[in-house]
Amino acid sequence: MTSELSIATPLDRAVARSLRCGDIVRISGVVYTARDAAHARMIQSLHSSGELPFDIIDQVVYYAGPSPAKPGSVIGSCGPTTAGRMDAFTPDLIDAGLAGMIGKGPRSVEVMESMQKHGAVYFAAVGGAAALTSKSIVEAEVIAYEDLGPEAIRRLVVKDYPCVVAIDAQGTSIYETGPALYRAQSV
Amino acid sequence: MPQTKDIHVDTITDAVARMCIEAACDLPQDVEDALKRALNDEDSDLGLYALNKVCENARMAREEGVPLCQDTGMVVVFCEIGADVRIIGGLLEDAVNRGVARGYTDGYLRKSTVVDPLFDRSNACDNTPAIVHVRFVEGDQIALTVLPKGAGSENMSALGMLKPAQGVDGVVRFVVDAVVRAGGNPCPPSVVGVGIGGNAEKALELSKEALRREIGSSHPDSRYAELERRILHELNATGIGPQGFGGTVTSLAVHIASYPTHIAMLPVGVTINCHAARHKKVVL
Repeated sequence: MTSELSIATPLDRAVARSLRCGDIVRISGVVYTARDAAHARMIQSLHSSGELPFDIIDQVVYYAGPSPAKPGSVIGSCGPTTAGRMDAFTPDLIDAGLAGMIGKGPRSVEVMESMQKHGAVYFAAVGGAAALTSKSIVEAEVIAYEDLGPEAIRRLVVKDYPCVVAIDAQGTSIYETGPALYRAQSV
Repeated sequence: MPQTKDIHVDTITDAVARMCIEAACDLPQDVEDALKRALNDEDSDLGLYALNKVCENARMAREEGVPLCQDTGMVVVFCEIGADVRIIGGLLEDAVNRGVARGYTDGYLRKSTVVDPLFDRSNACDNTPAIVHVRFVEGDQIALTVLPKGAGSENMSALGMLKPAQGVDGVVRFVVDAVVRAGGNPCPPSVVGVGIGGNAEKALELSKEALRREIGSSHPDSRYAELERRILHELNATGIGPQGFGGTVTSLAVHIASYPTHIAMLPVGVTINCHAARHKKVVL
């Protein structure tokens, strides 16, 4: 098994560019949750006023909508959602300064091209392992779009959050290279 | 005339509420056993990384009583109502929905339904309504099966209205294509429900119903049992692997449910369940 790399947010672009598809990493620092509805609002805001609810330069967005926190807990279960649903919005956010994304599943060609152009990275967390990954979240606070409930934007502080580099800044995707390695000849 | 048994709607509500919470937090033993077997069958390092996390997650969710996945789904409820049962105190569907609302609130589960699919996607805040399937059966009992289904896998559902001439090979191709197209999105290793026959809506309903079966069980008809094994073998040859990272375990099981159909039809419904194949059943 490959050794695990520790990386910090906001992402240093040189570090981002050095990561390779298939690397196992642990992320520490601030990440912002945003999914379908929050992305639609962010893009609307970006296009109308040029503003976003947080300074996006070099930041990491986590495609997630947690379950409610039990009393005494920082957050409920909080794993990644399917990233592909955010593809239409992502190139504009990368243009605006977004450096990293955490989600699950493949991305569009447009997103991958935008990542290559700007040196951004897409991490995959293990989908459906949300009780486990929540342990890496040490702080959580809603900072925008509270009315969206689970879809509100939350500022999370994570410590050693486990992920895999799914698509690197060179445009290599684990969703292409991984299955190609294990595909039986007859299929 | 057989005696009817009265079952109050509150009993149904209580059972649904309890099952929603248990299903969200407690992975069924058959699924957990299949995931542990997958640890032996998986060749890829990243596949094993994902499987180990998934197994550790199941243990943690059960111990701490927290949801396995933040997407605690839209709830599908299968109700088998004995013909000698009289439901008193209200309507069945209302009782089920009250149970869902209570379970999702009391259990700190995520409420994921929106009030209108197109014009008002505001959160309903209680995860209702459920999708309720009702069937009348013999006897004086009610069997309720709760199947919370997340969107990541449900979005990968497929319906094929094949030509009868496409036959067995056509069915295999259609299911494999659906799983390949889904790739890493539905959180593999998946459990794949396949409905064959009926008509368009029946094929999809059958595919959902097939997901209720225990992993390790086979279709009672040996021809379909053989087809289940063949499709599973082909799925695991796609290389998709756990989470789509590449590997030798793409699916844990293929479950087929079949139904008679029309001379001109060969409908195939595919419903993919993520590795958190949650389901609970109770008999009242």
